[in-house]
Amino acid sequence: MNKLTSKLKGNKLAQIILLVLYVLITSLSLYLAQASVTAFLLLLFSLLLLYYTELPDRLKWLIAGVVLIGVIPFVSSTGPGYQSYMEVATVVGIYVAMALGLNIVVGLAGLLDLGFVAFFAIGAYTYGIFATGQAANFMPFGTFPLSGESFWIFILIGCFVAALFGVLLGIPVLRVKGDYLAIVTLGFGEIIRIVFNNLDKPVNITNGAMGLASVKPPEIFGYQFVYPNQFYYIVLGILFLVILAVRRFEFSKIGRSWKAVRENEIAAQSMGIHLVRTKLLAFAIGASFSGMMGVVFAAKQTFVDPTSFTLLESITILVMVILGGMGSVPGVILGAAVITILNLQVLTEVTNYLNQLSLDGVISFPEALAPAKMQRFIFGAILIIFAIYRPQGLIPSKNPVFDEESLKEGSKKHRKEQITVEPDKGFQA
Amino acid sequence: MSILTVSNLTKQFGGLVAVNSVDMTVEKGSITAVIGPNGAGKTTFFNLITGVYQPDNGNVQLGPTSLVGLKPHEISRHGIARTFQNIRLFSNITVLENVMVGLHKQLKAGIVGTLFQTKKVREEEQLAKEEAYHWLEYVGLAKHLNEDAQNLSYGAQRRLEIARALATKPKLLLLDEPAAGMNPRETRELTEFIHRMREDLDVTIVLIEHDMKLVMEISEQIFVLDHGEKIAEGKPAEIRNDVKVIEAYLGKSAVTPA
Repeated sequence: MNKLTSKLKGNKLAQIILLVLYVLITSLSLYLAQASVTAFLLLLFSLLLLYYTELPDRLKWLIAGVVLIGVIPFVSSTGPGYQSYMEVATVVGIYVAMALGLNIVVGLAGLLDLGFVAFFAIGAYTYGIFATGQAANFMPFGTFPLSGESFWIFILIGCFVAALFGVLLGIPVLRVKGDYLAIVTLGFGEIIRIVFNNLDKPVNITNGAMGLASVKPPEIFGYQFVYPNQFYYIVLGILFLVILAVRRFEFSKIGRSWKAVRENEIAAQSMGIHLVRTKLLAFAIGASFSGMMGVVFAAKQTFVDPTSFTLLESITILVMVILGGMGSVPGVILGAAVITILNLQVLTEVTNYLNQLSLDGVISFPEALAPAKMQRFIFGAILIIFAIYRPQGLIPSKNPVFDEESLKEGSKKHRKEQITVEPDKGFQA
Repeated sequence: MSILTVSNLTKQFGGLVAVNSVDMTVEKGSITAVIGPNGAGKTTFFNLITGVYQPDNGNVQLGPTSLVGLKPHEISRHGIARTFQNIRLFSNITVLENVMVGLHKQLKAGIVGTLFQTKKVREEEQLAKEEAYHWLEYVGLAKHLNEDAQNLSYGAQRRLEIARALATKPKLLLLDEPAAGMNPRETRELTEFIHRMREDLDVTIVLIEHDMKLVMEISEQIFVLDHGEKIAEGKPAEIRNDVKVIEAYLGKSAVTPA
């Protein structure tokens, strides 16, 4: 095995061929053996393989694009499992975007936020209220629900409203640090949920615990988005932009100031970094991703109610970030995908399988160990195992590597005449 | 011409007066040392100048501007940089990025520019890398540029702190025990380096130090603090023979044998 990997290393052509073969085989097996969860997961796994190949970045993006846009929807489209696969893929996408948002707050800026789902709720309600008749209860003008075509603008509005709430939350909350910050954000998350739960009187804004039903589906030029396979493309599009934005922020002045604040607040300040502004920016940008996906979520479910935004959701997103690798974009994407698929597919399949076995009388479970209860147990056990054996996450974050030669050349122009620099002879022996 | 004027500076922590009406004038372009026994209030004094603490009383002036009430990042923008007694690097990021953080205030990139990676932002970022690399060369850490800051040796971490501070282009550089934990040779090199910095960079240096050899060799003016009060100031030769200073360091019996 070691021999094989060492042979593969550096041989890009072989990597491409193997990858294509892998995609072909898994695609074919999914195409032929419909409703095979294993084949679907193996096909998704090709993206991880792709990440580990040594191909140039542009080519990787291209291949990932082909697999995500073309191959996956196509090969799963013929069977009865089509919509459920697309549903899983869409939910994965939503969680990935949220986990990337939380990764900015927790992973880059080092602010532990336990109420992150609040921003998702804000996004969802922003669209939910205006895309149902609900807004007519308190808006003196305009006709509601707004048409499905407003959805596209609402992605932006949801983004900004969530960012605004991120800032509003941040202003009082950032006076506290560390553990206390976690508690205060936890409180904020709960407050938002409870406010939405009770804002049906005196003026009925959110329709309380009843929730908002029949949210208008997105529409463009008369074409309606109703099915998961259609939402899949919306999510994919937003996700692409989110990943692009995260990468750009991470390796910029802004990303550096987040990391500096995370590493040492006092030193960061003495380097001229505005502490409050930097933290607020992290909150706002992280929240905005969540807000956008909230809008998509509302449109996809066509139903919004407060029970979708519990503390457990916040914690799940946090687990994705930690399991994937704090501060690491590929890690967080993988973490979000693994946890979502684990919850939606693998563990449910295992439960179903065990249930079937016990129904057939092959094995019998005592009441306390019923498969449905086992599901959370297995999930918890997996988390513990990861925390012990891979605390840095699935794909730990990596620092950028700078090219010394090019910098050596460029640094010359920063030397003033009187400065005599002999590289690496500073004041060391 | 004086660059830093501290007058009547006072800071209390509960019942403890950590810094008690200290006056101090630092000449532009000079190297000044602040010495005193442990717990004399030296670091608190630095923290008051750099805005980590707010003084209860008194004034700190950098040139014509008063620094009282300003936040640390604002004071940094006015041209004061510092290093820390207990090293405060950004441990988990690379050495080069540590210095790039020091360039923070001179970079103009905003959210929109970063998102769209405009030509200006990309060029600025490239220049920042080059400049940061230049500072690494200056302190002799260039070949470590891609290492995590926490993996550097102790002496190298101290140098990186200086490089990071220099990147902010300070008028006044405060060094808090720069030679702590260094062996005699490293200390000697540091002495030369501090001299060179002043020559090369037109910067005024104030340092806290316990290594008396270094202090006497390097500084033009020395201030001595004890229990939060300034007990002496003057040229190295004067301080060496000051009765109060000897008393503070060695106890009363050293001055008046029983």
